[in-house]
Amino acid sequence: MTGWGWLVRRLIASVAIIFAVVTFVFILIHLAPGKPCSGQIGEAADPVACGQLIREFGLDKPLAEQYGRYLVALAHGNLGYSFSHHRPVRDDLAETIPFTLQLAGAALLLDFLLGLGLGIYQAVRVNRMPDIVLGNVTLFIYSLPTFWLALLLLLIFGEKLGLFPVGGPNNLILCPVVDSFYCVADRVWHLILPAATLGLVGAAGTARFQRAAMLEVASQDYVRTARAKGVPERRVVLRHQLRNALLSFITRFGLAFPFLLTGAVLVETIFAWPGMGRLAVEAIFARDYPVVTATALIASTVVVTGNLLADILLGIADPRLRVQDGADAEMVTT
Amino acid sequence: MTLGTWLALFVALVLANEIARVLRQRALKRERWRRFFRHRTAGGGLAILTFLVIIAVAAPLVAPYPPSDQLDIVRLKNHPPSWTFILGTDVFSRDVWSRVVYGARVSLGIGALGALVAVSLGTLVGAVAGYYRRWVDAVLMRGVDVGLALPRIFILLMAVALWDGLPFWILVLVIGLTSWFGTSRLVRAEVLSIRERDFVVAARALGAGTSRIIFRHVLPNVAAPIIVSAALGVGNVLLLEASLSFLGIGVAPPRPSWGNMIADGASSLYSAPWTTLFPGLAISLVVMSLNAVADGLRDALDPHEEAA
Repeated sequence: MTGWGWLVRRLIASVAIIFAVVTFVFILIHLAPGKPCSGQIGEAADPVACGQLIREFGLDKPLAEQYGRYLVALAHGNLGYSFSHHRPVRDDLAETIPFTLQLAGAALLLDFLLGLGLGIYQAVRVNRMPDIVLGNVTLFIYSLPTFWLALLLLLIFGEKLGLFPVGGPNNLILCPVVDSFYCVADRVWHLILPAATLGLVGAAGTARFQRAAMLEVASQDYVRTARAKGVPERRVVLRHQLRNALLSFITRFGLAFPFLLTGAVLVETIFAWPGMGRLAVEAIFARDYPVVTATALIASTVVVTGNLLADILLGIADPRLRVQDGADAEMVTT
Repeated sequence: MTLGTWLALFVALVLANEIARVLRQRALKRERWRRFFRHRTAGGGLAILTFLVIIAVAAPLVAPYPPSDQLDIVRLKNHPPSWTFILGTDVFSRDVWSRVVYGARVSLGIGALGALVAVSLGTLVGAVAGYYRRWVDAVLMRGVDVGLALPRIFILLMAVALWDGLPFWILVLVIGLTSWFGTSRLVRAEVLSIRERDFVVAARALGAGTSRIIFRHVLPNVAAPIIVSAALGVGNVLLLEASLSFLGIGVAPPRPSWGNMIADGASSLYSAPWTTLFPGLAISLVVMSLNAVADGLRDALDPHEEAA
């Protein structure tokens, strides 16, 4: 059984990848012109205060030394101190990550439920009216720029119809903290438009993908055999087709994370959703180095973990991949 | 809109339709391209793309006003669509239709050039990794692993922040340089399987050089996935440029790109929605057409269908 050796190799590779990403981002953001204090105190930064900040955070030291100190701090679990928010980066992250998780979670739910449902439905009705109509609709939605769809939903459902709030995570007056049933409902109400933006585009992609996967399986011999021996159609679709079509869906599941992260940056900005994407964009413009590297660290960890998780799930779900040598199994999945 | 611009627009429409029709007619003679047009959306996508390319090329004829002209900042600010301004005017009293037309040059240009950079680089790296294998492959593919794990929009934001008033070609280059990782993996996998085939072994035995084998024998046989990923790549780059411009760091105003037009319009989204809607619709139309064409190409170039 090569399973454990494979897992250990993959884990080491994953850590190496994340390390490389963080190093790359660290160098790039330090190369960018502009000083961190110009974003903090405004364009006309006080040169004395600015100099003090640069000295205290060791920004006048050579880049290699700064990088070394950063790594030592990171090894101790210390992500650094945010220049623009005057507090540990850890607090920044602790405040914003739950919002991004709520948004991404809701979007993912919509993406998979709607996407899988539509994909299966289309495959069952292949080349008939519902399939053709849905095929055109999903092609269109899949092609929309997320930020434009966000503006469109905002305009129609937020402004013209007034059904949903136009931004922010909750009603600031009635629900400053989420501590009652009413406030949870209020949060969900605020969540619908941003989650729908990300979820709809994702669902359109998932539906296209799942339809193709179902049709590929549909031409296999075992599906024909099942039909020939009189298995009810419903069981053929759900048991024989769907179960095998879901294998390729697992890979897509791993790829959904980068899409959600990238999309979240713009959608969070448009809906004033105080998540990690918005934090990262603001930090880049403010040259808040510790926050930038920390968000890049988290983002790349999520992407790498998503891939790893998909590979592991695929190994569990598909016994054919388990008996092979580790290197081959990796190739099949990538 | 004057009579001349209407006429030019009409000619462009007819021309696009005619080109698509001729292409279709010639395609029906060959099995491979018949498969392309079997996708109803692929034919439509091709027609739309042709139309937009014609419009972009003939922009001065089709656009009634220069794209950056502020026509009348007092009376024509956020003027709703009318016969004179068919898509309305924006917050700086510029004609939205003219800007969409000239924006097509910028947006389609960035999309095509960026995808060209990305696909060339991806093909080169993938071919080298797949052909040489061993440590070359290991090094290059670990690099690609890192590239795929990079949060791309962060990298672009930072890279773009390195320059003030980013030159157009740097933007193209930066987008291209961060978009090739997927293609290289695809090409590598194909090259790995093709390099062992008999005709490649024969070429090697006859003494063909490495570059000749790669360019003359291997790459032509992996053309299909490369072409498909190029079609999809143009759309992806276009979306990326739009996202960057929307965040205010892509194409610098007053030069119109569909992305920065949406960014300009977003502040008056409720009072003048047309300034946001139409450029977004243009992006969606192009990306949708490209996706449809890619679907058709995938079927047309699929060797499995050839055998069937």
